[in-house]
Amino acid sequence: MTQTVPLPAAAAPARAARRRPVRRGRWTGWGFVGPFMAVFALVFLAPIAYSLYLSLFRQQLVGGNAFVGLENYRRAFADPQFWSAFGRVSLFLAVQVPIMLGIALLVALAIDSGRLYGTSFFRISIFLPYAVPAVVATLMWGFMYGTRFGLVGNLNDALGISLPNPLSPDLVLASIGNIVTWEFVGYNMLIFYSALRVVPRSLYEAAEIDGAGQWRVVTAIKLPAIRGALVIATIFSIIGSFQLFNEPSILQKLAPNAITTHFTPNLYAYSLSFSGQQYNYSATVAIIMGVITMVIAYVVQLRGMRKGA
Amino acid sequence: MTTTAPATTPAARPARPGRGPRLRTPRRHSVDRPRRSGLLTVLTALVCLYSLVPLAWLLINATKSQGDLFTSFGLWFSGSLHLVQNVADTLTYDDGIFVRWLANTLLYVVAGAGGATLLAVLGGYGLAKFTFPGKRAVFAVVIGAVAVPGTALAVPTFLMFSRMGLTNTPWAVIIPSLISPFGLYLMWTFAAEAIPTELLEAARVDGAGEARTFAQICLPLLAPGIVTVLLFTMVATWNNYFLPLIMLKDPDWYPLTVGLNAWNAQAATAGGEAIFNLVITGSVLTILPLVVAFLFLQRYWQSGLASGSVKE
Repeated sequence: MTQTVPLPAAAAPARAARRRPVRRGRWTGWGFVGPFMAVFALVFLAPIAYSLYLSLFRQQLVGGNAFVGLENYRRAFADPQFWSAFGRVSLFLAVQVPIMLGIALLVALAIDSGRLYGTSFFRISIFLPYAVPAVVATLMWGFMYGTRFGLVGNLNDALGISLPNPLSPDLVLASIGNIVTWEFVGYNMLIFYSALRVVPRSLYEAAEIDGAGQWRVVTAIKLPAIRGALVIATIFSIIGSFQLFNEPSILQKLAPNAITTHFTPNLYAYSLSFSGQQYNYSATVAIIMGVITMVIAYVVQLRGMRKGA
Repeated sequence: MTTTAPATTPAARPARPGRGPRLRTPRRHSVDRPRRSGLLTVLTALVCLYSLVPLAWLLINATKSQGDLFTSFGLWFSGSLHLVQNVADTLTYDDGIFVRWLANTLLYVVAGAGGATLLAVLGGYGLAKFTFPGKRAVFAVVIGAVAVPGTALAVPTFLMFSRMGLTNTPWAVIIPSLISPFGLYLMWTFAAEAIPTELLEAARVDGAGEARTFAQICLPLLAPGIVTVLLFTMVATWNNYFLPLIMLKDPDWYPLTVGLNAWNAQAATAGGEAIFNLVITGSVLTILPLVVAFLFLQRYWQSGLASGSVKE
């Protein structure tokens, strides 16, 4: 696998480094890592390889499985349905992720500042939606969005107004954004909050002695200190946006006119596979999305970690 | 780590004015005891309200009959309390299929999350405390895999499993749940901090084998990290939807999430009976165990997440 030959243990200088890994039997570590890697190979590496294989072939009525090279990729790049789906999740990403992470960050800073009444109640309450499965969250919001017996309908009746229908084609993406925000604000808040807790308190005392105000402490100490957490949360949110599937697929039942079978790339891949039996093309769409996601996540990580770190 | 009782610093003085002589500091508020802010509290309370109102809606509407759902105001109770009847109906509808789904979910959580935690603990410990050929490759591959969208893998995994004859069996849900790259990463960072290498060396000098060293010396040290990973994998498997949706055709193997969605979709099918009151009550029953677990175990989430944060 690799060509590095570790030094025999006897030749290793006995430095008293606390976190130095043990050098014993060369293969002892594999005994611990092996089981994970074996299952990992089965459920991660094998499907990726199989996807790549599928994307290079096509089922034909005559002659069965035929090698078509990059034909499927060419088709995808010229496919308006794929690009409209991709545009939709990109828009979603550009609007929903900053809003969600912004709220999460503000709440984390507020709770960490120690200036609230009822800190622990807020922390657990805002985190609670993370315990709710996406299916339940979507059904619940979907019912509330309803103009018949949902809250929207109630408000219309009570106030004699007519609010726009959240499940109409124009608004459904924003409504999905609201569901995702509701689900994950608390989770991201907890990531930021945990990172804030390990900032040494002595820094704040020093800042106070230097006469820094609250705002200055936030911008000069707290935000740089939790850079890593911000980057991780951003990457996870980007991956999540590109993978958007659960919420639109469940809302489809309630808003069949607003959510098409190619509403998001994943919904498109799913429909291609399970209603269209186009496995080869579906695998191609999945691979393209996977590559785009990886590239963007990688770029975010590089930029986030480099800036004046 | 975080939610422990505030440590009383030697310099902590009662910050009450007008009692006894003031000592040194003229200010009543310090870094440790900042002034409470009403405005901040109100703003945070708004976010809190946003988080809790939908859950309140769900609870309130679980007390209504199918008819009352359509006629009464959503954020208040209707005249008749229908909750007990709803719960009974949910548990008995269609020969008690809901109870079967609950049992399936428990099976998937125990086998999937338990197995995932075991693999992540072993793997994280191995990565943190050993050098072995190919270690860097393992690291690169696993980190790269985290960025691969799970749904991109779902279709090929389904096709692979159907060739192996695994689809429509519990294995199709359990096996993919066994891998948690995030869990491995958390465990790795945790083990690197929590287990001093000298301790391992001492155990070896005393003649303990690898397995014994791990089981008797390292596992107790890793306990807080293990609980955190277990919580994450539990939530992930309990809330899993996409994987069982594509892998399972037989309603007898559905977990709760897929089952609830099937109930909801029933109203849209021709000749299907609308059972929205059961969907809502079933939703409450589905989130109840997790909410209870959260309230009891929140301490661990805190400390576990912090251990995974960036520490230079």
